[in-house]
Amino acid sequence: MQTRTEFGYDAKNEGDVVVTRLDAAINWCRKNSLWPMPMGLACCAIELMATGASRFDIARFGMEVMRFSPRQPDVMIVAGTVTYKMAPVVKRLYEQMTEPKWVIAMGACASTGGMYRSYAVLQGVDNIIPVDIYVAGCPPRPEALLDALLKLQQKIARERALATLKRP
Amino acid sequence: MTAQELARQLKAQFGDLISAPVEFRDEVTVQVADAQKLAEVCAFAKQSLGCDFLLDISSVDDYGETPRWTVVYELYGLGHHCHLRLKTSSAEAEPELPTVTGVWQAADWHEREVYDLMGMRFRGHPDLRRILMWEGYPYHPLRKDFPLAGKPSETPGGPATQAAPLEGGPFVTVAGGKDAAAREPRARVTEA
Repeated sequence: MQTRTEFGYDAKNEGDVVVTRLDAAINWCRKNSLWPMPMGLACCAIELMATGASRFDIARFGMEVMRFSPRQPDVMIVAGTVTYKMAPVVKRLYEQMTEPKWVIAMGACASTGGMYRSYAVLQGVDNIIPVDIYVAGCPPRPEALLDALLKLQQKIARERALATLKRP
Repeated sequence: MTAQELARQLKAQFGDLISAPVEFRDEVTVQVADAQKLAEVCAFAKQSLGCDFLLDISSVDDYGETPRWTVVYELYGLGHHCHLRLKTSSAEAEPELPTVTGVWQAADWHEREVYDLMGMRFRGHPDLRRILMWEGYPYHPLRKDFPLAGKPSETPGGPATQAAPLEGGPFVTVAGGKDAAAREPRARVTEA
């Protein structure tokens, strides 16, 4: 099947040889099996669950493997209000995730604190961890989250995988 | 058995310590004059008046008035189905009340909540830690002299807080609006 990405392979035309850039091959592997970690902290998590369920079906994009251990997933979906009390836990979980890792801030609260301008709420999860994609909405529709994940795939496809590879 | 009857019996037992019952919308409230005697009153209410269910403990900060602090106990009897509300006040700067965990186990978390958010201490409480905010947080955020936006703080090994931006935010109430609709939090266009 011919794809519009940089890495395409047609067994009929090309036989057993693939010519590509290693970056493109690595990114192709990474972006097509993003395992999410559901960081469900508030009502956005309900939409996150809907995204994973049959009606919206995140499995269409190879992302249905929700992992609750930080050692296994690739993308943390921060879905909900991050309180100051929860913030160190979110940060620790992010730090425990293995490279490469990405973060989606889902919804107004995770992005900016949302309507919670108060003493108890962190004003955006980007205060403690780097965020790749922000999703607007309160809460965002599942389509918005899927769009964010597809945008994240596009972002991953542009990354320089080798240059940023963490050496052991 | 009615709530008025409960209040009468309480007054018969404790005399001047208990105020005359105030009834408002079928709810009966009595004021306990000396906060330090509160545990005895509660023990009597449970053992002799059958108020075996502590529904809630809440607290009020009348900032700028004396006495500043009020603690409210909502009692209920599963046997007689009557509600009774006890109120007691404290004028101390750092108020301390006797715990009622010895009377009702349920008071444990309620008192922790009052301690956490309002800063009242409960003498004799078995485990008086914060319950909603984290250990090491220096303030009691439901006090009236604590700003809604919060204050900067730093907890070793814990979160660092900053004051939330309230000015010009998208969901901010406008003080002094002409009616409730104008004061309502809503998306606003901030002028450049």
